[in-house]
Amino acid sequence: MNDPIKLQGQLPGRPVVGMLALGFILVLLIVDNAESTPINPFNAPPLIAVGSGQAPSGAHCTQP
Amino acid sequence: MSASLPIPVRRTGLVLLGLLLVLGSFVTAGPRAALLMLVGLGLGLVLEGLRFGFAGPWRVMVTERDGRGLLAQFVAIGLAALVAFPLLASFPDELSGAHAPVGFAMIAAAFVFGVMMQIVMGCGSGTLVNAGSGNLLALIALFGFIAGSFFGTLHLPWWTGLGSLPVYTLQGLFGEGAGLGVTLAGLAGLGAVVYMKAAPDKRRIPRRLWVAALLIAVFASLNLVIAGQSWGVVYGLGLWGAKFAQAAGMEVAATTFWSAPAHALRLQQSLLTDVTSLTNIGLLAGAFLAMRWKHNPDPQIAALSASSWAVVLVAGVIMGYSARVALGCNVGAFFSGVSTGSVHGWVWFVAAFGGSCVGLRLRPRLLISSNAIKTAAGGSGYE
Repeated sequence: MNDPIKLQGQLPGRPVVGMLALGFILVLLIVDNAESTPINPFNAPPLIAVGSGQAPSGAHCTQP
Repeated sequence: MSASLPIPVRRTGLVLLGLLLVLGSFVTAGPRAALLMLVGLGLGLVLEGLRFGFAGPWRVMVTERDGRGLLAQFVAIGLAALVAFPLLASFPDELSGAHAPVGFAMIAAAFVFGVMMQIVMGCGSGTLVNAGSGNLLALIALFGFIAGSFFGTLHLPWWTGLGSLPVYTLQGLFGEGAGLGVTLAGLAGLGAVVYMKAAPDKRRIPRRLWVAALLIAVFASLNLVIAGQSWGVVYGLGLWGAKFAQAAGMEVAATTFWSAPAHALRLQQSLLTDVTSLTNIGLLAGAFLAMRWKHNPDPQIAALSASSWAVVLVAGVIMGYSARVALGCNVGAFFSGVSTGSVHGWVWFVAAFGGSCVGLRLRPRLLISSNAIKTAAGGSGYE
């Protein structure tokens, strides 16, 4: 049985590519941290929206 | 987490990684962010672990008359609708559905999205899940998707300006209770068509997909309750592209789309405060956890020719662009749109399924394995 870490043919195995995908997320968060205003932990939204009395403020792909 | 590690050690590490993501979100962005990360992880675990998808079932319905996956999608959407309709009616000021207008560009873009999703073998959520589970094709497509959905935001006002109807919802047209009834009847009608068209031995939803459909509906409902909005994917990916473009020096905030107050806020604030970014990250990580949990991960996809890798990247860009113009992908427009009563979700499904049929014809011509090329060079020709 092939070792999934080793190359299968010319392509890296799934564990390696999965780690690359996680690494990409890490890079994204580092870039984001440099580009964004710091999070104010005292300004965090309520635990859940239902019952919060607040209108939804998030963005969604259905918004033009 | 090497494959050589004993399985209990590896699995302990995977649990710790999941906890780290949730706790990290909690510490940096608060309890809601932690819950949304948990929802994303759950979705990723279910989609990868129980093999619930969107693009694949559409493909096998057409090519093999296998309707089981597509029927499971309708079940999941119906279950989510049973929760979403009463919630939206009870908390109209705190929750919003995935409601969007039907328009010329939206329909055309949904068709193009359907074509592309069969070429890259994954939809919006599928690309994230497949990338997290180590599929190299999906990772390449994901990079394209991020770029494409960002490019789509730059032109979205122009595309929507081509003409669209007002936002119609089934609850708005028929009333709350009847709107839900029409939605469930529509899903049942589609299910009946699929059932009749499917091969006799490929009609019954297996237990695995029943469980997956139920869990997907639960997590989608939790997303609505926690975030105040429906489950989505594309917005987060476009935002990721905007963040990279901004880091590269582009004046993203000066563009029409990103200067609108709601989008400008998202661009300015951390991704850990953005609903779809949190669930997208969880989705990808959850798929990774599910893949590594197995004793032996599936083999990598077959190596492609150089031109085919370029096709995957370009198709990813077009898929991201079209998803943005279509006002959503399989998740934001189809799953969440239909389950919250948006008429555009139904129109999106028809257009994207038509495009998907075209994509299935194009894929074998555009994606060629490197082995096929070697065989051809040896004189045997293509399969």
